[in-house]
Amino acid sequence: MGEVKLFRTWSSPFALRIVWALKLKGVEYETIYEDLANKSSSLLEYNPVHKKVPVLLHNGIPICESLVILEYIDETWNKGVRFLPEDPLARATARFWAKFNDEQVFPSFFRYFMSQGEDQEKAKEKALENLKLVEEHLKGKKFFGGETFGFLDLVFGWLVCYPGVINKAINQNLLAKQMFPNLCRWMEQFGDVPVIKENWPDEEALILKFHEMRQGLGIYISLPN
Amino acid sequence: MAKRGEIKLLGTAASPYVNRVQFVLNLKSIEYEFIEENLACKSELLLTSNPVYKKIPVLFHANKPPICESLVIIEYLDEFQPDVHRILPSVPVDRADNRFWANYVDNKYFPLYEELRQTPGKEDKEAIKKQIIEGSVLLEEAFEKFSNGKAYFGGDDLGYLDVVLGCFIAWIEFSSKRNEFNAFDEVKTPKLAKWAERIRSHESLKGAIPGNETLMNFYLMLQIHKPPRAT
Repeated sequence: MGEVKLFRTWSSPFALRIVWALKLKGVEYETIYEDLANKSSSLLEYNPVHKKVPVLLHNGIPICESLVILEYIDETWNKGVRFLPEDPLARATARFWAKFNDEQVFPSFFRYFMSQGEDQEKAKEKALENLKLVEEHLKGKKFFGGETFGFLDLVFGWLVCYPGVINKAINQNLLAKQMFPNLCRWMEQFGDVPVIKENWPDEEALILKFHEMRQGLGIYISLPN
Repeated sequence: MAKRGEIKLLGTAASPYVNRVQFVLNLKSIEYEFIEENLACKSELLLTSNPVYKKIPVLFHANKPPICESLVIIEYLDEFQPDVHRILPSVPVDRADNRFWANYVDNKYFPLYEELRQTPGKEDKEAIKKQIIEGSVLLEEAFEKFSNGKAYFGGDDLGYLDVVLGCFIAWIEFSSKRNEFNAFDEVKTPKLAKWAERIRSHESLKGAIPGNETLMNFYLMLQIHKPPRAT
């Protein structure tokens, strides 16, 4: 099916969903790690508009934007496991919530993580508000995709790991079981899927990176004992 | 085919995101009922059918749950009724390319116009106008690639990007006049300038393109409810 390359950073949750997608489809690919402080000429050539990762290169043609890449992978390697359901309404629902994650949930979580004091309290409120909507959407479902996982599980997959690592880094847990029973249950189940379980960035390295990110903003925190 | 009375669209005539859906409904010859929403005082229908964003457009199809977000609605209509005026191409790499540029228009390009409205001060406004023109030049290059010498992004006839970008034409022209510049400059973006004229006069689209009075009323409402930042 042609040569596949993935340009990514080791820590980005947006890259991870592509890694999972390719592995779930059984696609062989080469990984090229980018240093965002020193972007390669290839990246600038393949994504001149945004200069961002992830970028998928298939037969020399670049595909950019992780949700666009996910749909491309699903449509191209279309025998066997499909991420998006068949029914147009179910597809519309999945796309709506995927956009909500990328435009609201993740950014609000990121803002909460990258702030402190009163700003963080406000950002935390917004993040919790968004997560409660996701919690409600998950009601009565084993996975976002229903009985089996799919597109939306890949999109929300970052929740399985990143909040927990952030909790270890800054000693704050946003996803309490009492408040988010559906999400916590889903995190365990989706987290148990072999491809997901076996493809996370190194936790210690992530914790260090999170500290660096907060330090970069002048937010100094003491490591928990 | 959608039966008569099955499709309802909740929106306001001035919203380009609503117009975008209207374009697709018209191109696919889908009859629909338009329910006018008052954004200054949002209805119970809007708040219950789009509790996440409380925004228009919202599409109602028979007794199914409402569908929100204009790009999601367009793909839904295209998948529900693929046989009449296909909007997205069928080849995955072309679909990805179209979706990428839709993302660019919605997340990077059009927000600049709202930024322009909200930004005080001549110098800062000039800086945003410059960004808008740079964006227009990128879109001109995209148009060249997609149209391949033909009249539309979709080729001989309207496609996804014609609808995705075309819905902003009225606002682009309105903003250009108010701010004394030309977002689709005839020298820098000649093909886009001509394409915009085609969109404006297209049989299936012109009925859904808001007139100056509608735009002005909406603009005045925005100036009150989301006023420009203080200097």
